Amino acid sequence: MPLFAEGNKKYSHINKFCPRVDAKEKVTGRADYAADLVFPDMLFGGSLHGPYTHAKVKRICVEKALAVPGVRAVLTYKDLNKPFSWGYYTYMTEILRYEGDVVAIVAADTKHALEAGLEAIDVEYEELPAVYTIDEAMADGAPLVHENNEDCAGNIWSHARCKVRKGDVDVAFTDCDVIVEREYETQAVEHLYLEPEAAVAVPEKNGCMTVYACAANPFFGRRWIADSLGIPRSKARLVQTTIGGSFGGKEELMGLTIGRASLLADATGHPVKMVISREESIVCSSKRHPFKFKYKAGVNKDGKLQALQVTLIEDVGAYHMHEFMSFRAVVHAAGAYVIPNVKVDILGVFTNTVTSGAMRGYSSPQIIYAQEQFYEEVAEELGMDFLAFKKSNMLHKGAIHPCGQELNEEVILPEIIENLCAKTDFEGKRKKYANQTGDKRKGIGMSIFHRGCGLGNESIDASAAYICVHDDGSVMVNVGLVENGQGLHTAYSQIVAETLGVPVEKILVNKVDTNTILDSGPTVASRCTVMGAQSVRKAAQELKSYLKETAAMMFHTESPDQVALEDGMFILIGVPDAAIPFHEVCNVHHWTGGQSGVMNWYKPPKLSFSCKTGFGDAFPTYSYSVCVAEVEVDYKTGEITVEKVTSGHDVGTVINPETSKGQIFGGIAMGQGFAMMENLAIKDGKIRNKNLDTFMIASSMDTPEMEAILFECEDKTGTYGAKSLGENATEGVASAIINALHNATGERINKIPINKVKMFELLHK
Amino acid sequence: MVNFRMSENIKIAFTLNGEVVNLEVEPDQTLLSALRDNLGMTGVKEGCSIGECGTCTVIVDGKATKSCIALAAAFDGREIVTIEGLANGDQLHPIQEAFIEKNAIQCGFCTPGFIMSALAYLEKHPRPRREEIRKAISGNLCRCTGYEQIVDAIEYYANEMEEAQ
Repeated sequence: MPLFAEGNKKYSHINKFCPRVDAKEKVTGRADYAADLVFPDMLFGGSLHGPYTHAKVKRICVEKALAVPGVRAVLTYKDLNKPFSWGYYTYMTEILRYEGDVVAIVAADTKHALEAGLEAIDVEYEELPAVYTIDEAMADGAPLVHENNEDCAGNIWSHARCKVRKGDVDVAFTDCDVIVEREYETQAVEHLYLEPEAAVAVPEKNGCMTVYACAANPFFGRRWIADSLGIPRSKARLVQTTIGGSFGGKEELMGLTIGRASLLADATGHPVKMVISREESIVCSSKRHPFKFKYKAGVNKDGKLQALQVTLIEDVGAYHMHEFMSFRAVVHAAGAYVIPNVKVDILGVFTNTVTSGAMRGYSSPQIIYAQEQFYEEVAEELGMDFLAFKKSNMLHKGAIHPCGQELNEEVILPEIIENLCAKTDFEGKRKKYANQTGDKRKGIGMSIFHRGCGLGNESIDASAAYICVHDDGSVMVNVGLVENGQGLHTAYSQIVAETLGVPVEKILVNKVDTNTILDSGPTVASRCTVMGAQSVRKAAQELKSYLKETAAMMFHTESPDQVALEDGMFILIGVPDAAIPFHEVCNVHHWTGGQSGVMNWYKPPKLSFSCKTGFGDAFPTYSYSVCVAEVEVDYKTGEITVEKVTSGHDVGTVINPETSKGQIFGGIAMGQGFAMMENLAIKDGKIRNKNLDTFMIASSMDTPEMEAILFECEDKTGTYGAKSLGENATEGVASAIINALHNATGERINKIPINKVKMFELLHK
Repeated sequence: MVNFRMSENIKIAFTLNGEVVNLEVEPDQTLLSALRDNLGMTGVKEGCSIGECGTCTVIVDGKATKSCIALAAAFDGREIVTIEGLANGDQLHPIQEAFIEKNAIQCGFCTPGFIMSALAYLEKHPRPRREEIRKAISGNLCRCTGYEQIVDAIEYYANEMEEAQ
């Protein structure tokens, strides 16, 4: 029975609601965000940005700034031991490559002195020719964003290359009855986590540097500390503070801020706090990659897809840190369909504009917007109903994925589609809306999509967990992945509770301190429950086996196998009333020298897909989702109203239904923004809407009626059968809205976002 | 620009979470800065500094107020409640309990502002319809929740209060 209902799966602590374990500190305002921290003798740090998108610093003079009362340090690129930071980014630079680049950093006693110090720095620039769009960057003789960079061919970044090669598309196209070609385009999108980046660097007496930061990737944070100061990683420590949202974004600017604060703390010998303003955060932080897509499909009259060729071009902006996005993009380019011949290529192009990076979906929201509209257009060309077309080509158990992987786990797309169609009266409304007249017209649209769970062969998906019990029976858990709002500490608490057989109240999951746990990689890719929790489960299992030995001794039985742990009590199996409370066993365990703590490690089995061959198993398993959007369009004004979004997700096993639904609701709002509202007004590489008065995200008056539907299946890959959800929640929303707009108006939208003005122009062209 | 102080500090006093506090503020200092930097009320957040996101919302004389665009010096003699003033030690305010029960929290950065806006509104409009709740909190932004469970929590709290009467 795929529809989730509490008790479907026989668990005690997961698969049911548990209030968030971090809720109390958050509702009382006591949670420790980085900007809230205060240390004795702490200074304030800040950065000076240049006025150009591409320029060279001809002269920089810091004397006047140093003379400002209260200014303690002014650093420029001349004070660095190497030009680039870890990755291509620069802490301070001589060559400005985008608006967010920094030429100097200052530490001062007060915020006023900091401001005055930054203003007193005297800089003379030589402006350089720049490129702002993919087309400009790829033109012959285009100015280079990165001169003398061996990783670039012109402005094309060689590390962004990846591909899919399955069958032979060229041969297959010649045999196809119908060929359909379309192009689409998407915009840069700002994460807009409500908490802007902040960090406090604290020099330690033993020569170590500790930085407290809202870093979504604490181990990258540690790298930036060590890299900026040229110290070994063993002397660099990153302590995670409460994170006010990330969505993939608190990585690059966060890392640079960690590095810059470290440099200032090192130069002054004082703790230095750097709090990024909203404007600085919008201008400097990475964005969801803008994409251009070229889709070409070959299909036979029977409606079967035979061949697909896709070219993806991503604008990576001025800098880029990781090439993995290309992997995810090509693997998902064909969507959740069976296609025998597939060819996908991707290009990453540098421009003198805002940098691109991970944002909730890591290419999938863009790709699904294009592909789910494209397949409707293919069905249209065939004269077929799009849903019948999609269903007849859809992935199923045992099918071969477009990248060549045999899908051996359950694929419950038919069940999800059937449920959502019934719930929304999809086909009835679709027919009803087909021939509307009048000013206000309604539409209903659907997207069908999948997501590779965890990192797959994008990167290493290994992670650590340390669990110990104290002699009073309380349980402490250290992990390497971060709570950033998604509910990870609650999920981990429930998973430890399930494994150990003790209530959630006994368990404390700590925020990441890089000195207390092994590098577990970034908190990205919706990997932290499906894969990241495996080490948590393993550590709890191992710890339980040690505790059972002590319990067996206390029961005077030889075999720990005779002992079970249920509801906080050790029991002797088959012996009524033989029960010892958990805390009593923990106490004896401690005082008899039992091992009270376990560090464990989980690394998923190796997969075969590589960007060199473009073929093979790309992810350990996949999540499957369907999204239905209902809209109304006003022909007089172009006004678009999203009336309802119904979003159904196969998450394998639901760990916590309410936090899962919270992900889906938030994902709907973000997906709606991607489709309709969120547009950075970038002119000549500069962002014009730098704050929330001009850059709009949905308020409580803008979001549609929402319904989140959870589905489960039996898939043994992830922790307790759980699969990914965080990113899936936002990925298919835009395409469902865009397809609904087509149902309402008959218009195809090949570029998003689509707002009222653009809709009006489209309707009255 | 070296002379960055505009003029002398100003002495003010206001009631903060039920207690009178005396403080000296700079003429151009915001209420947000006074609450956070002078008084340690770090539950009041800074998200945009231009009065758009609502994370800095506090209640002044019963009215939800965005403290990032208010000058501290103007609050002499006023009565201010921040998120820190709601719980009594470990005893949470019922609206805080409602936010937990209805899973209205994710990253938590916007949470204090939503709670203050909701409380100020419900004080004067105890039986709101769902649409009215949505309107009442539309000055507060949230990027995580899509607002659904926040509205659930406020509605739940309002119903609880009504039943209690």
